[in-house]
Amino acid sequence: MLILVAMGLLLIVTLIPFLGAILVAVLARLGRTHAAWAAGFTVLLSFGCLLPLAGAPFAGETIIQRLRWLPSVGLDLAFRFDGLGLLFALLILGIGLLIVLYASYYLSERDPLGRFYAYLLLFMGSMLGIVLAENLIQLLIFWELTSLSSFLLVSYWYPREEAHNGARMALTVTGAGGLALLGGFLLLGQIVGSYELSVILQAGDAIRADPLYRPMLVLVLLGVFTKSAQFPFHFWLPNAMAAPTPASAYLHSATMVKAGIFLLARLFPALSGTDEWSWLVGGAGVITLVLGALFALFQHDLKGLLAYSTISHLGLIALLFGIGTPLAAVAGVFHIINHATFKASLFMAAGIIDHETGSRDMRKINGLWRKMPYTGALAMVAAAAMAGVPLLNGFLSKEMFFAEAFSAATHLRLGWLLPAAVTLAGMFAVAYSLRFIHDVFFNGDPIDLPRTPHEPPRWMKVPMEVLVLLCLVVGIFPAQVVEPLLTVASTAVLQGPPLAHDLALWHGVNPALAMSVIALIGGGLLYWGRKPLFAFHDRHTEGLDAERIYNALLNGLFAVSGALTRWLDTGSLQRLLTVVIAAALVLGTAGFLGDPVPLTGRRPLLSVDGVSLVAALGLLAALTGVVVLHRQRLVALILIGAVGLVMALIFVKFSAPDLALTQLAVEMVTVVLLLLALYFLPPHSPIESTMTQRSGHGILAVAGGVGAAALTWAVLTRPYDSITDFFLANSVAGGGGTNVVNVILVDFRGYDTLGEITVLALAALGIYALLEGLRLDGPVDDPKGQPWDADVHPAIMAALARLLLPLALLVSAFIFLRGHNLPGGGFIAGLLTAAALIVQYLANGIAWGQERLPWNAQRFIGVGLLATALTGLASLLVGYPFLTSAFTHLHWPVVGDFELASALVFDLGVYLVVVGATLLILIRLGLLHRFERRSARARQGTAVSGEMP
Amino acid sequence: MLTSVALPVAFALVTAAFVFSIWRLLVGPDLPDRILALDTLYINAIAWLVLLGIHLASTLYFEAALLIALMGFIGTVALCKFLLRGDIIE
Repeated sequence: MLILVAMGLLLIVTLIPFLGAILVAVLARLGRTHAAWAAGFTVLLSFGCLLPLAGAPFAGETIIQRLRWLPSVGLDLAFRFDGLGLLFALLILGIGLLIVLYASYYLSERDPLGRFYAYLLLFMGSMLGIVLAENLIQLLIFWELTSLSSFLLVSYWYPREEAHNGARMALTVTGAGGLALLGGFLLLGQIVGSYELSVILQAGDAIRADPLYRPMLVLVLLGVFTKSAQFPFHFWLPNAMAAPTPASAYLHSATMVKAGIFLLARLFPALSGTDEWSWLVGGAGVITLVLGALFALFQHDLKGLLAYSTISHLGLIALLFGIGTPLAAVAGVFHIINHATFKASLFMAAGIIDHETGSRDMRKINGLWRKMPYTGALAMVAAAAMAGVPLLNGFLSKEMFFAEAFSAATHLRLGWLLPAAVTLAGMFAVAYSLRFIHDVFFNGDPIDLPRTPHEPPRWMKVPMEVLVLLCLVVGIFPAQVVEPLLTVASTAVLQGPPLAHDLALWHGVNPALAMSVIALIGGGLLYWGRKPLFAFHDRHTEGLDAERIYNALLNGLFAVSGALTRWLDTGSLQRLLTVVIAAALVLGTAGFLGDPVPLTGRRPLLSVDGVSLVAALGLLAALTGVVVLHRQRLVALILIGAVGLVMALIFVKFSAPDLALTQLAVEMVTVVLLLLALYFLPPHSPIESTMTQRSGHGILAVAGGVGAAALTWAVLTRPYDSITDFFLANSVAGGGGTNVVNVILVDFRGYDTLGEITVLALAALGIYALLEGLRLDGPVDDPKGQPWDADVHPAIMAALARLLLPLALLVSAFIFLRGHNLPGGGFIAGLLTAAALIVQYLANGIAWGQERLPWNAQRFIGVGLLATALTGLASLLVGYPFLTSAFTHLHWPVVGDFELASALVFDLGVYLVVVGATLLILIRLGLLHRFERRSARARQGTAVSGEMP
Repeated sequence: MLTSVALPVAFALVTAAFVFSIWRLLVGPDLPDRILALDTLYINAIAWLVLLGIHLASTLYFEAALLIALMGFIGTVALCKFLLRGDIIE
């Protein structure tokens, strides 16, 4: 058992946050602190489960754990734990824990904390799933889960317009990227012949030489760029700032956007090393780096500044991976760590400032140093790390970055452009970091702040303290603190021997140092001269705006699909039917044109007896009656009743008693349903089309009918083999029942039935929701203009209906119990019970019925669905596949041999869902008119008391 | 022995009743006529099924007959309630 747990430990680590999300959502009812403790405990538990494995990467091992998942399509649930996975898992869980603590102070009493934590944990689990995946398809599933759960997080304050707009944009962009990524992964799998990372990472040369390399690379990079907000897909990130700040701090420092970067690092050995890789990744990276830093400078919103700065830093990391040298990749990994720490703490600082002042506008927020010096000091250290000031972690990775950028492009023509662009971006970064410090904490007095700021609660600052401390410690003692982790992570990225890199503060006077100095001084000057720059920016805000292109594309898409829908669907039923039937006729006839085959097959015809002939003629007569009299709606309904009856007889005659029983029960429920609807509709269908149109439709209808009849004739006169024989042979042996139809429904195809009754339940609940609150006026008189009968519930009808109930329930129970062996089963029994109950409502009124039936229809549906699902799960518990049935035969005195199958419980679920759904729909329709009825009855009351004639 | 004579006769008579019911269903003239015709059709169908069961010496058809009896009653009640009140479930 212990070994089994150890084998699946990575799965457990990934699953714990998902389970914790449910726990938190439940515990949140008890109070905010319960939710916070549960969330924190979940993170710690997941972390604790990871600990036993944490030593392996340092020992140079890669742990791969595999569980059978979908062996039929060659997919295993495979987890991989190496240095890169360890680094990311640490970031996800470590910063996640700090966010849990921070959020409990940040979110106000009005905000449901449980919901936030549940979303956060869902997201955390999805991220862990990505970084611990061995199988690419599995990675993609978690990738999509991060898109979905981040949608929930961004739209947390969903009544706000910017929240749902931002969330939708993020989901659209990252979702589209996910689709591209799926295509890329499929191509990659095709090239390598496996979706396992262990195989893919060793197959780099084969991948790069493959003709499919380019399309595959483009698709994979589309996924990466959308997720990591690389130009030109960066625009969703600033809009996602509508999320609560703890979510932003988490998504945009350590997780969501880093998923793309993670994939770059993960696939680095397999995909990098070509010109395509360098130009695409490096190109997108450098543009994103410079533009992001430039835009960040012009943001007045604190979080906007951080958002664009995040974009810029993501570009920086992408550029490092794009450069493609091993040392650049190491620098990229290092910057992942550093950016996560300082950016998370800066977002927390922005959240505290927002929390304390009620504003995020840097034009208003000034001089906070006097109000909150402690928070200010922390924020300043973090901002200095972002700017790349020495003695802080940002400086170290930025130095490495400058060095790599300098040496990477020297051999190219115009190669000096890269170091120049990089230094320029460095200047912007220093300028916007200075702005974060100076504009917020100094620069005069606050202007019109909604609240008077003071220091936040003690524990709200703890997460920031931890992160800022890390920035300092890493910055001052890099070799002792971060070196081992960086080494194992880089080894995993490079898939090679550990690379010698020198993490030191002082490397001597070299180009990188010069670039750093230029960036620091230039950034300072830039900030000092910011006023003319801002003025210039305000005058020229029009420009290349990816968001506008996105909106134009989206609107265009809506316009095209709208036009297409309007062209296809004019709202005319005649038109739709004409198109469908004409298309079927043309295609059906075309298939027969080239190859003449006789219409009648070789199968001998059955003899015809007189009774069947008369019944068939009666069916035709009733059908003709429906066509001729269809404008009188009630008459048409009565005639359809006769048609249904003869159809049931035909089913009986051709040995399909189950069908016959179902047909009869459905027939009855349909009549009641249509009667309920007819009450609100005009009694006659008006003539709306011209004579020519009607003749055209008539010809088409006759042609369609003849065609269908000819096809049926052709099929029925030919012998054919079907899968029937298999079911007939296996029904008793495999399902323990002699009624093949029922055994198929509850056993062989139990999964289908489960799906079908779920759809039925959803449809019933949908109707319930649609009709909720709808009240319609019914006609005052009957179709002949006479007033309705005053006797609402005639006594004879009520008495007879009550007599019927026990009888019908007995029949229903009988049909249900014998269903496994003889015609019957849960579906028919359910319809029978529903019909028996409906007739009580019909004879005695809804209020009467509801007083006597303690369960409402929804509960029938819920219990029924649970019963079917639990039967399926029960078979999982004893080690069989989902929905395997077990059965035994008992001998009861008097009753005789009685068969007991687990399928009976399943069938009971089907029965309950059918009862519930039918009752729910019919009673809802009946309730449409309730209130008017009451007032009519009230009027009646006055009439009886003698005031009216 | 009796059944060899009685069965064909019974079949013929029920079939005739079926034909007349269909006729009444089609020509009406009024709604109650048609509802009654449908109800009679249900009874004819029950008779047919029982006769078929006797003919084939099988009870397999009786459940269908039972169900027709039940459902026919409920259908007729619903139609009548509609004629009386319009709103059948109130």
